[in-house]
Amino acid sequence: MFESLTEKLQSTFKRLRNKGRLTEADVKAALRDVRLALLEADVNFKVVKDFLATVERDAVGQDVLQSLTPDQGVIRVVRNRLTELMGTSVERIKMASNPPTVIYLVGLQGSGKTTTAAKLALMLHHQGRHPLLVAADIYRPAAVDQLQALGAQIGVPVVHEAGLGAVDLAQLGIQKSRQLARDVVIVDTAGRLHVDSGLMDELRQMQAKVPAHETLLVVDAMTGQDAVRVANAFKETLPLTGVVLTKLDGDTRGGAALSIRAVTELPIKLVATGEKVDALELFQPERMASRILGMGDVVSLIEKAERALDKDDTERLAGRMSSNTFNLEDFQSMLHQVKKLGPLSKVMEMLPGMGQMNKLKSQVDDSSLVRVEAILNSMTVKERRRPDIIDGSRRRRIASGSGTSVQEVNRLLKQFQEMRKMMHQLKGSGGRKKMGKLPFPPMR
Amino acid sequence: MANIWERLKKGMTRTRSGLGDRLRSLFRGRAWQEELWDELEEILYEADLGSSTIEYLLSALHRRVQQEHPATADQVLELLFQVMVAELGEQSPSLSLPAGGPWVWLMVGVNGTGKTTTAGKFAYLLRQQGKTVVLGAADTFRAAATEQLEEWGRRAGVEVVHQAAGADPAAVAYDTVRSTRSRGADLAIIDTAGRLQNKVNLMQELQKIRRVVERECVGAPHEVWLVIDATTGQNGLTQARVFLESVAVTGIILTKLDGTAKGGIAVTIHHELGLPIRFIGVGEKAEDLLPFDPHDYVRAILGDETGAIG
Ligand SMILES: Nc1nc2c(ncn2[C@@H]2O[C@H](COP(=O)(O)OP(=O)(O)OP(=O)(O)O)[C@@H](O)[C@H]2O)c(=O)[nH]1
Ligand SMILES: [Mg+2]
Repeated sequence: MFESLTEKLQSTFKRLRNKGRLTEADVKAALRDVRLALLEADVNFKVVKDFLATVERDAVGQDVLQSLTPDQGVIRVVRNRLTELMGTSVERIKMASNPPTVIYLVGLQGSGKTTTAAKLALMLHHQGRHPLLVAADIYRPAAVDQLQALGAQIGVPVVHEAGLGAVDLAQLGIQKSRQLARDVVIVDTAGRLHVDSGLMDELRQMQAKVPAHETLLVVDAMTGQDAVRVANAFKETLPLTGVVLTKLDGDTRGGAALSIRAVTELPIKLVATGEKVDALELFQPERMASRILGMGDVVSLIEKAERALDKDDTERLAGRMSSNTFNLEDFQSMLHQVKKLGPLSKVMEMLPGMGQMNKLKSQVDDSSLVRVEAILNSMTVKERRRPDIIDGSRRRRIASGSGTSVQEVNRLLKQFQEMRKMMHQLKGSGGRKKMGKLPFPPMR
Repeated sequence: MANIWERLKKGMTRTRSGLGDRLRSLFRGRAWQEELWDELEEILYEADLGSSTIEYLLSALHRRVQQEHPATADQVLELLFQVMVAELGEQSPSLSLPAGGPWVWLMVGVNGTGKTTTAGKFAYLLRQQGKTVVLGAADTFRAAATEQLEEWGRRAGVEVVHQAAGADPAAVAYDTVRSTRSRGADLAIIDTAGRLQNKVNLMQELQKIRRVVERECVGAPHEVWLVIDATTGQNGLTQARVFLESVAVTGIILTKLDGTAKGGIAVTIHHELGLPIRFIGVGEKAEDLLPFDPHDYVRAILGDETGAIG
């Protein structure tokens, strides 16, 4: 199920290619894989239908069929259409020419509004703004405490007065913003169901008294098919200006983003990627497209790698990787570099061709990395430099020294050989350029 | 206690076109035709069941159709109804605590699914039954998580064990079990912080909580409730798989069924992992927690036999 789309398409096309020329029907068959991938990513059923209809037109019309690598061709068409759908540019929060800018955060229960409110305040603060938070969730127990605690943490004032209704609180927010010379008012509203007409009306009344410059719908990235219904309902009630996608640090594909975008045409403006108050980023459409397709987030990984890794070290390694003398010592420094990128699971999510690895996720976690390191550490320098000398008795010694088993040592050595072979093959093939910079250990 | 179907229906009537409703009216009085398979597939997708489960259910239905040759679309729908209800198994017993104890329950799940609320609902409902319950605020991470649970403690009239923010959650769990025992209370419900299943360190933290509880009380935790939000898509299966592996989940609680989401991923979780769906959340009040009834649940997806809803 998690097999990556790229791999799936490759195998589909391999099957097809044996028949000779590809036909329109073949493309249709390939698009069935795309359909499943999109549905598994939680893209809305109807959105998938419409999307595939356009892609089919594009794919058939182009010279994809003549291409030597039709799988790449189809993927490209799919990806481009998807990126296009996701929005072509990064959308920012708009500031009112006449402050204070009023930003409402609205959405279902548990979608992450309160945390997002604080993150947004911090983000704007870093941009030189002077935000103010309004705690207008008067229903959920301790929601006000939560925002106040977050406000204190980031040094942003939080407006609340016990006994006031949500509409009054919004007005109080405006008042206070003037007193405290604040130029942005962020209103954290209570979570509510889009079908709760009473509570939806409350939002309308708030905005009648305190009009919004931005009304952001906060959506959990793990949302399934319901996303479209929710977004539509909120859009019918309120002048939504954008979407914030939360919990994107999980391993969900996040098809909800595409569905909402396609159906409501609202731009996704921000994504939340962690529980810490600084984990809020601008939305990058093409990264999301790759993620939904299960193609990994290579761009992010590269950026992250560039930030985290020692440039000289990586360049040296990259050089070593493509040479024939790549040895276990180099591999050891590779591991070292990889660890700097963060938890392995997170790194893996961002890699293309993740399908195979995802299946192994439970095994390929940081603890397996620790074992690999232990094995490497138990080798002598000579062994690491010249892996060929590691015979049976050395393997036994290494296993007992590292608290692992001979099988594990064998596996590591075998993978190392495979990796070396792979790197050799990669040399010269186009895709290597970027990846060459990325040290990455083999998976079991 | 209000009838579960009434409550589920409440959610559906609020939207003008309940999915099942649409399906029912489309099928009503029609002869069975092959192209109606697409409609069935669509409604199951829209309910978030996911491709492998849908394929499984529809091929089971296909077999029934070949055996029984139903003439009308309604009859096929009825067969699907039966297939799904059978797949979901027994109706869950209503909330109760056996004699003996003390019992220890753990609330786990990703962020924002309704763990704290459900812990509060449990405490309230069991307190109503005359049980003594202790709530443990082992979410020491999220801002004001303790205050939130304390409010539920006040509503339910039960004690809440807590420590300072940032304290070791396993230590709070330990205190909670201790305090439950020393008070001779019947049940400890330990609320934990929401965590995404791909965070290795946070899952390890949860395992530690479990270990501490195991050590402190023989046979504990007696229930590990995985709280799943009904709006969750296919990621719900990964959630269940990882939480099951990490802390041996014993049952699913499906919350927020009072919206328009149907929580079909719970069917997949049940199908793939064999975990029972035990309770459903249909609102934010204490009474809005009901035992899972497969029959009513499938009705909520496929619509009412009578057709028009509400
Ligand atoms: N409509 C509805 N809302 C619910 C239900 N269960 C919980 N909620 C709401 O969902 C929101 C999140 O619930 P919490 O209990 O705080 O969730 P949690 O899992 O403890 O969240 P974290 O601890 O932050 O991970 C709150 O606003 C609850 O009132 C339900 O069955 N229906
Ligand atoms: Mg909680």
